[in-house]
Amino acid sequence: MATIPLPAPAPVDAVEASSPSGLAATLHDWVVTVDHKRLGIMYVVTGLVFLVIGGIEASLMRLQLAWPGLTLVPADTFNRLFTLHGTTMVFLVGIPIVFGFANYLVPLMIGARDLAFPRLNAFGFWILLFGGVLLYFSFLGGDGLYGAGSAPAVGWFAYAPLSERAFTPGNATDYWNLSVLITGFGTIATAINLIATIATMRAPGMTLGRLPVYVWTMLVVSAMTLLILPPLSAAQIMLLLDRFLGAHYFDTQAGGSAIIWQHFFWFFGHPEVYVLMVPGFGFVSEIIPVFSRKVIFGYASLVAATVAIGAVSMSTWAHHMFAVGMGGTLNSFFAASTMLVGVPTGVKIFNWLATLYGGKLRFQTPMLFCCAFLFQFLCAGLTGIMLAVAPFDWQLTDSYFVVAHFHFVLIGGLIFTIFAALYYWFPKATGRMLSERLGKWHFWLLTVGFNLTFVTMHLQGVLGMPRRIYTYPADRGWDILNLVTTLGVPLQALGVLIFVINVVYSLRHGTPAGDNPWEAWTLEWATTSPPPAYNFATVPPVTSRRPLWDVQHPDDPDGPHE
Amino acid sequence: MTPIETPNIFAPVSTPAFAIRDLSFVVLAITGVIFVIVAGFAVYTLIRFGRRPANPEVEPAQVYGSTQIELAWAVVPLLIVVVLFLVTARYVWGIERRPQPPGALEITVVGNQWWWEVRYPKLGIVTANEIHVPVSDEVSPALTFITIKSVDVAHSFWVPQLAGKMDAIPNKTNRVWIEPRRVGTFVGQCAEYCGLQHALMLLVVVVHPKDEFRTWVAAQQAAPAEQTAARAGRELFSSLACVNCHSVRGTPGNGVFGPDLTHLMSRATLGAGAVRNTPENLRAWVKDPGAFKVGALMPAMKLDDAQLDHLVAYLVTLR
Repeated sequence: MATIPLPAPAPVDAVEASSPSGLAATLHDWVVTVDHKRLGIMYVVTGLVFLVIGGIEASLMRLQLAWPGLTLVPADTFNRLFTLHGTTMVFLVGIPIVFGFANYLVPLMIGARDLAFPRLNAFGFWILLFGGVLLYFSFLGGDGLYGAGSAPAVGWFAYAPLSERAFTPGNATDYWNLSVLITGFGTIATAINLIATIATMRAPGMTLGRLPVYVWTMLVVSAMTLLILPPLSAAQIMLLLDRFLGAHYFDTQAGGSAIIWQHFFWFFGHPEVYVLMVPGFGFVSEIIPVFSRKVIFGYASLVAATVAIGAVSMSTWAHHMFAVGMGGTLNSFFAASTMLVGVPTGVKIFNWLATLYGGKLRFQTPMLFCCAFLFQFLCAGLTGIMLAVAPFDWQLTDSYFVVAHFHFVLIGGLIFTIFAALYYWFPKATGRMLSERLGKWHFWLLTVGFNLTFVTMHLQGVLGMPRRIYTYPADRGWDILNLVTTLGVPLQALGVLIFVINVVYSLRHGTPAGDNPWEAWTLEWATTSPPPAYNFATVPPVTSRRPLWDVQHPDDPDGPHE
Repeated sequence: MTPIETPNIFAPVSTPAFAIRDLSFVVLAITGVIFVIVAGFAVYTLIRFGRRPANPEVEPAQVYGSTQIELAWAVVPLLIVVVLFLVTARYVWGIERRPQPPGALEITVVGNQWWWEVRYPKLGIVTANEIHVPVSDEVSPALTFITIKSVDVAHSFWVPQLAGKMDAIPNKTNRVWIEPRRVGTFVGQCAEYCGLQHALMLLVVVVHPKDEFRTWVAAQQAAPAEQTAARAGRELFSSLACVNCHSVRGTPGNGVFGPDLTHLMSRATLGAGAVRNTPENLRAWVKDPGAFKVGALMPAMKLDDAQLDHLVAYLVTLR
């Protein structure tokens, strides 16, 4: 294959070079940057800050529910807490962290110097941050002209017609509405950017068949994002029209439809879970091989499974609506499509296990998080199959069983893989290793605390406890279980606190990482840690899926085996 | 009242709930076997290959894949899904398409923020938050078909031991049926977030022996006996805004926004389970419902003590 000469490294921005030194200058550099690495870091840090905020909201709710009849958190505050918790965790934690990692890693992994549209990238980040600020500004602005309510209390799903002005006067719901709309714009921009980058800016020799699995997952979820976010934006605009201009899309008192909102919302909301989770699969697919010292087992079937999940998950949304009375045909269809997603997901788990099998496993912190992920995600998948069985779902939906299920997906699955990724790529981004000792404390506290809270939560659901209640009667037999659920919270909080300490400490005192501390094989480890602004002075030749393996093992390169 | 049973979905007392439990056992068996196999293999792999290798500097054998193995672990789950789907579809249609037998009891349950209106259209009974139904037995099955509606936002009707959830959606009519096989009191509550007091929108289903149910129906159909001692309270009730929202059969009160009070004192709780229905609690409730249930749509009527005394003296006669 002919090698294409790379252009010379881009000159350092003249403004950056001439600005005064010190804190103000650093701040200025970060604010005006269009560098994918800095934007990626800002995305992830934003996500982690909101993770702490959302975690505090969850902790307050668990405190209130620790025992029946407590009055620590009033009803209206509780309803605001779960609305903000859900909205925050999906739109301001999941999305920024997932797309932040993609920002940082995709260009490095495919041997590019930046994303295709650096300014659009900066726009995406700042508009998302603005959306987040807007949501929390509702605490001040929500009282607004009407004096009713502060933060929104409609749930992150904002089911119509509760979200209509007749039932939620005041401006709080409007802040929620605009915030979700605006963060969506940023996410759409980033998705377009990633697709364009992966399509056009791969290094010479980096064919689609040689893309790292993680890049494939981002390609799939970016495509999904383009399909699912515009309908959500449309629904938000319809709600805006209802609330401000007296339209009647969801206004049931004027003949509007409550159900159509649910369809719009879940057409976004369910694939969104995969948009968040599939990049987690990507992290695992990068980390497990390196810490098993083996090539990923069945690359082609893994990529095919990723694409299949993306495709099938677009037609599963109404399994959130088995109890709205859709009728047997639709209930059966969505039961079938939902179960079908389990097949490619299972294939992925088998591929990871086969990669582990016969390896020389290194149980460093990123690998520990991946191992816990495997078991927790297996549980999440199997409870997902239970929820796909429509009649079983009639009992389980909107109960604490569902809460347990999707926290197994989003914490036990996603957050665990995000922590794995943070420990794995922190050395690349900062040039220093995170402390293994603190990392192991973080891992074990989070794992024990998480399972204490969320394994237990399945049982409350089976015993008939619905979601989103701020209190419950003492005679229901839910008290001990709720106490145990709440007891897991401080363990998880301590784990996250140790992580924060680890980051702060290691930024200054961590062991210098070197270019490739984990002896990994993808392109981002070919450059320095942290990488220079232009990423690569020269890109190593890409002749297989593991370019650095080929460099390390010239006698047995990957190419002939693929 | 008898002590409340935990509303366990695995302790059903009515036909659809029994069917769902049987189906869930099938699902739990399949997922349980999958869990044991996959998790077992994972534990084995992590232990066996997690031991410190003899020659850590040599990379292990690189295995790139195997078409046969990959095909096998895609096809086997696919077959499981096909079986599971067929079983599921059978239960979905079996439960949803159950025809209504001619003698079945009909009830309409209407979700309101934050209470349930319960109507027996063919019996002329209107009550709230408590559903009374006859028990079913093999000799004479007694099915109850419940029509679910909402007047404001989305709610969800859920009594776990009797049937799965059915949402109450404005502008939509849903239906669920139950066939309780055991006498008792079974609790449930709203399962779809419906605003401020979603948590205090409780529901009770009382399953009676057949003759006891007939007695209950007769008592509900009769107008409450008029008592001269409560006359002042009755006139007060009719002269205040109470009648804008509440009905008492045989009086000018015919409001429809709040619960029907014709047989108020036959119900165990006030405010959809917010507090036990005793004369003292009733007095406090009328004085300020928000004391028990913040945000309840019934306003505090700002009555003085004498008015409260008269009014409660009347209300407690509504048995």
